[in-house]
Amino acid sequence: MKLSVDIAGVELKNPITVASGTFGSGMEYDEFVDLSKLGAVTTKGVANVPWPGNPTPRIAETYGGMMNAIGLQNPGIDTFLKRDIPFLKEKDTKIIVNVCGKSKEDYIDVVERLSDEPVDLLEINVSCPNVKEGGIAFGQNPDALYDITKAVKAKAKQPVIMKLSPNVTDITEMARAAEAGGADALSLINTLTGMKIDINRRTFAVANKTAGVSGPAIKPIAIRMVYQVANAVKLPIIGMGGCMCAEDALEFIMAGATAVAVGTANFNNPYATIEIIDGIQKYMETNHIDDIHELIGCVK
Amino acid sequence: MSKVKIRANIIRQDNIATDIYSMVISASEIACQAVPGQFVDLYSGDGSRLLPRPISICEVDKEAGTIRIVYRTVGKGTKEFSTLTSDHTIEVMGPLGNGYTLKNKKAILIGGGIGIPPMLQLAKELDCEKSIVLGYRDEEFLSDEFRKYGNVYMSSDSGSIGVKGTVLDAIREYGIDGEVIYACGPTPMLKAIKTYAMDNGIEAQLSLEERMACGIGACLACVCKSTDIDDHSQVKNKRVCKDGPVFLAEEVEF
Repeated sequence: MKLSVDIAGVELKNPITVASGTFGSGMEYDEFVDLSKLGAVTTKGVANVPWPGNPTPRIAETYGGMMNAIGLQNPGIDTFLKRDIPFLKEKDTKIIVNVCGKSKEDYIDVVERLSDEPVDLLEINVSCPNVKEGGIAFGQNPDALYDITKAVKAKAKQPVIMKLSPNVTDITEMARAAEAGGADALSLINTLTGMKIDINRRTFAVANKTAGVSGPAIKPIAIRMVYQVANAVKLPIIGMGGCMCAEDALEFIMAGATAVAVGTANFNNPYATIEIIDGIQKYMETNHIDDIHELIGCVK
Repeated sequence: MSKVKIRANIIRQDNIATDIYSMVISASEIACQAVPGQFVDLYSGDGSRLLPRPISICEVDKEAGTIRIVYRTVGKGTKEFSTLTSDHTIEVMGPLGNGYTLKNKKAILIGGGIGIPPMLQLAKELDCEKSIVLGYRDEEFLSDEFRKYGNVYMSSDSGSIGVKGTVLDAIREYGIDGEVIYACGPTPMLKAIKTYAMDNGIEAQLSLEERMACGIGACLACVCKSTDIDDHSQVKNKRVCKDGPVFLAEEVEF
């Protein structure tokens, strides 16, 4: 049975990775999950310098999901290269580093610092709804997305995945802009911007006022967008947005995703990634599927 | 030894005060490792509620392989837990976080509201002279169980129990002294204790609370402001779930 998939020339032993920001660099989940069993580990976003993130409360639970406005707190590239990369290098898995920045120069700075590192893929976060500068500003305008993609591609040594925001009118327009800019793959979707009000305190449930909604409540939107984008561009897609179980992952794959990232599910079940990989294998056995590629985008 | 997530049998559950429940869970893997001040994550059986509820460990029985939690029902998740009986099981992960560092020094244990329960296991394990100060809104719980381990002093918002006012009013009123403070309770209480401890040159270990998602230090939701640069993110944010929940007073900013 063949579970391995190819993302921009990088072979993942199976199609399961994690959604950036839900898994750190894997250290905290190492106690629960054999990281070497994952197709790839996608790190929390890293910037050129440490970012303190947003005030608390940073999260709230929502029906069938949650919302977060962490604000990309991260240690910056120096610490990341000293601590996180050596840790991940010891694992038999692919490394996808999520890169964040406030300006084009910030992104380029991080991408260049990663060029000689044992990193397999770069995921460029132009879709975080929780930081005021940069971030989503690049991800909601096709011209800006094209420009940042092109600028990153010009400097990157590793294949580049652009992570798309669902907070746009037409995600296929953004996908095409990233493709035209030279992106090697796409990740979608980032969180949907939402808001929750605490009626007892008569204020916002999350200090940032707005926050990104994730979890199974948003999965139908994610599936629809993966399907649309898969039919609009030729790039491989890492699908994400509320994948809780193998059945969900298979939905993403059939909609057109080559790989699937597990995010919020890790908070509900730290073993979720491994259970999803096992569940996909069982489905393939039961349905006499020899190669996962028979399922990728099989629903037209 | 490490954290585990298991489906555990509920041994018993009792409603011990208005909206306050005591649940005993069979979880030997957690009980054998747990130290005072640590917490567990409890998971809802309802798929619409995905995030675990962090709840402090009130008591540990290593021989019986059980842990006891005492919690307040505040939302749908904790209300769901309160309906469970010994016929049910519950998913639990733990033990989580760093507990108190037990010192062989004259101690003041301070619990405020739903910060009272974790002080019980601490009171049991601290083998030294100790005063126990419990702050309530207007309804007492667990105080009889504390009396087995030390002198208990109380305060309440209404004045219906002990001194009218805060735990610090009780400390001043009764002239309680000690060389180390162990505290858990609402943020304004901890802030006041920090000031009191610093002013009086007393070591204070404070257990903080913040909204959490992963419970293990990965998601960076539950940070608190720290005095020094933290190891994880190189900013001044420590993770309550992993670096805490117990911090030295001088480590955290309120």
